Amino acid sequence: MTPLHLCLLLSTGLFCIGLTGALARSNTILVLLGIELMLNAANINFIAFWRYGPASASNDGLMFVLFGIAIAAAEAAVGLALIIAVYRHQKNIRLQEATRLKG
Amino acid sequence: MTIPVHLIWLIPALPLLVAGLGAFTRHRGVALGAIFAMAVAFVLSCLALHGALQHPAVPAVFNFAWFDLGTGSLQLGFLLDPLTALMCVMVTFVGTLIFIFSLGYMKEDPNFSRFFCFLSFFAAAMLGLLVSNSLLLLFICWELVGLASYLLIGFWFHKPSAAAAAKKAFITTRIGDLGLLLGLLWLYDSSGSLLFFDGGHGVLETATIASLSGQTLACGLALSTAIGLLIFCGAIGKSGQFPLHVWLPDAMEGPTPVSALIHAATMVAAGVFLIARVYPLMSADALLPAVPVHALTVVAFIGAITALMGALIACAQNDIKRVLAFSTVSQLGYMMLALGVGSWTAAIFHLLTHAFFKALLFLGAGSVIHASHHEQDIRLLGGLRTKMKVTFATFAIGMMALSGVPFLFSGFWSKEAILHAAHEWDVSHLPLYAGLTAVLLTAFYMTRLVAETFFGKARSHGSEHAHENPAVMTVPLVILAVCAVVLGFVGTPYWPWLQATLDPHYEPTHGGPSLMLLSIGLVGAGLGLGWWLYARKLRTTATARDPLAVAAPGVMAALANRLGFDPLYAASFGRLNHFLAAFADVLDRRVIGSLVNFLAQFGLFTGSVNRQFDEDNINDGFDRVSAVVRGTGRGYSQAQTGETQGYLRVVALAFIVLALVLALGGVR
Amino acid sequence: MTVALIFIAVLMLGSAATAMVLRNLIHSALLLIASWAGVAAFYLWAGAEFVAFAQVLVYVGAISMVVLFAVLLTRQNLDDRQPAEPASRARALAAVLIGASVAGVITATVLSTSFKPSAAEAPNATVKQIGLDLMESHGATLLIVGVILTVALLGATVIAATDKKSDPEDAQ
Repeated sequence: MTPLHLCLLLSTGLFCIGLTGALARSNTILVLLGIELMLNAANINFIAFWRYGPASASNDGLMFVLFGIAIAAAEAAVGLALIIAVYRHQKNIRLQEATRLKG
Repeated sequence: MTIPVHLIWLIPALPLLVAGLGAFTRHRGVALGAIFAMAVAFVLSCLALHGALQHPAVPAVFNFAWFDLGTGSLQLGFLLDPLTALMCVMVTFVGTLIFIFSLGYMKEDPNFSRFFCFLSFFAAAMLGLLVSNSLLLLFICWELVGLASYLLIGFWFHKPSAAAAAKKAFITTRIGDLGLLLGLLWLYDSSGSLLFFDGGHGVLETATIASLSGQTLACGLALSTAIGLLIFCGAIGKSGQFPLHVWLPDAMEGPTPVSALIHAATMVAAGVFLIARVYPLMSADALLPAVPVHALTVVAFIGAITALMGALIACAQNDIKRVLAFSTVSQLGYMMLALGVGSWTAAIFHLLTHAFFKALLFLGAGSVIHASHHEQDIRLLGGLRTKMKVTFATFAIGMMALSGVPFLFSGFWSKEAILHAAHEWDVSHLPLYAGLTAVLLTAFYMTRLVAETFFGKARSHGSEHAHENPAVMTVPLVILAVCAVVLGFVGTPYWPWLQATLDPHYEPTHGGPSLMLLSIGLVGAGLGLGWWLYARKLRTTATARDPLAVAAPGVMAALANRLGFDPLYAASFGRLNHFLAAFADVLDRRVIGSLVNFLAQFGLFTGSVNRQFDEDNINDGFDRVSAVVRGTGRGYSQAQTGETQGYLRVVALAFIVLALVLALGGVR
Repeated sequence: MTVALIFIAVLMLGSAATAMVLRNLIHSALLLIASWAGVAAFYLWAGAEFVAFAQVLVYVGAISMVVLFAVLLTRQNLDDRQPAEPASRARALAAVLIGASVAGVITATVLSTSFKPSAAEAPNATVKQIGLDLMESHGATLLIVGVILTVALLGATVIAATDKKSDPEDAQ
């Protein structure tokens, strides 16, 4: 059980918590936050492989995480704006009710 | 002052202009325009006559190309010679007087302007016929004259009898015109020209005539004879000769001025004019002894038969206009007789004098009819002598001119000329005897007509209240009456100015006083017989039997029935025509119609088969394909629940499945 | 070392799991902030100090504020204690099952994998080196990310803005 394995198990746990939350909750904000958790889990993986991976000569993993954080920030901004728009439209933010695009 | 030949088209153009204007307006001023145009045309005709008389032997011609036809061109032209000029003067003069008379006669008619439009159109066509130097142009005008005649006979087309008469006239004359057309085409085929005079190449000039009479057909006739007889067919139709005379009496359904202008004075004379015009062609075979028949012989016998038959039938008619109509038929027969026996100048002489006194008689009859509220039956007239003095006087002059009362009246001189010519004809004397008989009959039936119409007492309401017509109608009568007297003196045997003018080679011949005395005697006998039968004991009631019917009922009935020509034609040609029409009808309906129907049904059948195929196979295929596509789409769209978490769930499950597949499958 | 990692893991996973379970949004948000802080701590543990600071700045500082604002702006009824409906219960159950399955699959994979041994010492991750890497080998990416951020923020503004003219009903 190397540190890499531990880190990966940690990220697995965080990812699955985020996934379960995103699947289970009906509040859109919480779904979005679950997704953020999954993103963080991915970042943890990057850092783990950067630090303990087989070929860790470069800083590419680090770079990925930085960009990922930036993208996550953008995602959060857009997602929350969408939530506000949905709320204005249907007076609540229950994800189950936002089914206007169904086939 | 004279009028050059290349401007002679002005004479027909003026009435044509008025006719064209009259077609677009209902203004009553059209009548005045028409009279003015005719008067100007009369003046121009006099100028033309003046010019023509300066060189009577050389016809002035003006030819022009109508249109190019292959290598050559079709030529039309105008002609000015004494014959044309005299005819023009006659037509325009009589026409003007009749137009003026019509002002009064047609005053009440609602279609007043149309009447004058038609009259002008007729005059234009007739004058065009006279001045043409081409048989083709003549034929065109000939047909236009026929059309005008049709329109004018049927002027009161709301009367079924008028409409039927118009149709009858048109169709009957067409039969003759067909012959004329054939002759025209044959002539063009054999001589290459239709111009009368063309500097040596015209069909009436020596070279062509010699060439035509030199050729002999299979049946032994000379080519010129055949063509001449075909052309004569046209004259038979137009001039009401036996056997196509049946239309002329019926044509009296038209207004009386029309009868005077067209069916007495001018149009019916067109046939005589035509034969006179192409006289060199008609007489080309005269010197050929070997031919079975000469063209002019046929003309003479047809004329003789017509003259006798017309005069006979006229004796038994009761309609004042019909008597005059049969008289016209008879007189036209005289003219044809004259042409046939070789004296075309006598024919023209009689044509001119007849035009005046027959126009006079018709206008007099019109005056009577107009005054007595459109009563035409002589049995219902009577006693008009005192009520209509001017009409009676002029009518009497016309009657005497027609009967050939000696010395003073024009009809006597022209008829004498014809009888003398017939006397000198060396082929046969039968035409002469027919003509002499007709002289007797003419005097007889005219006496009857005058006695019944003007003497005795009025036998109907209309004639009782008759009174003299206004000056617009009587003045033309007086002028015509003067002409009917004076005109005879231009062609007497002692001063044959007319004949000499028309024919430079004319040699005055006179058969001696015996023939003249005989004809005078016959005229006297006719008059006396008429007076004895009709005037001695005047008719008192309209229903009293005719003295002639009392004397010879069978003859009278046959004559009154016009010798049965109409029923005969109805039973023969009419029935044949009906049969052919019925046959054509059956052919059309059963054979052609059913063929067309069959084709249509076949088309419908193939169309329906095609459509069925389309719907069953092609359309259905597309329908099914699109139905499948739509169903698939519906299935896919069912998957789109709009539930975001559902999608995520599917992604996660798919991930699990994929991972398991990878792990268990050992793809490493 | 491992103890520190386990501590961090417990903090991180515990707060995250609790946040996903709680019904109170404010509490959930606060617990998530704690979880993100745990992630930052993990970065520190792993030797990526610069990233850890970035995580703190972005997540704990910025995103958490945005989330709180969103929660407050969309708050209908904080005392919404209505019982969970059967559909929601079934969904939760399915979510837990799926999450567990995914976790099992990944865990099994991780545990059954043996990685090559890594280099002995940590890579050079000084701030200077990171700056050089960012500007030299990842310059284009940096530019693109800048554009993405700008567009995303403009789009977020447009989406969240109230369009008074086109929608008069919402203007009231």
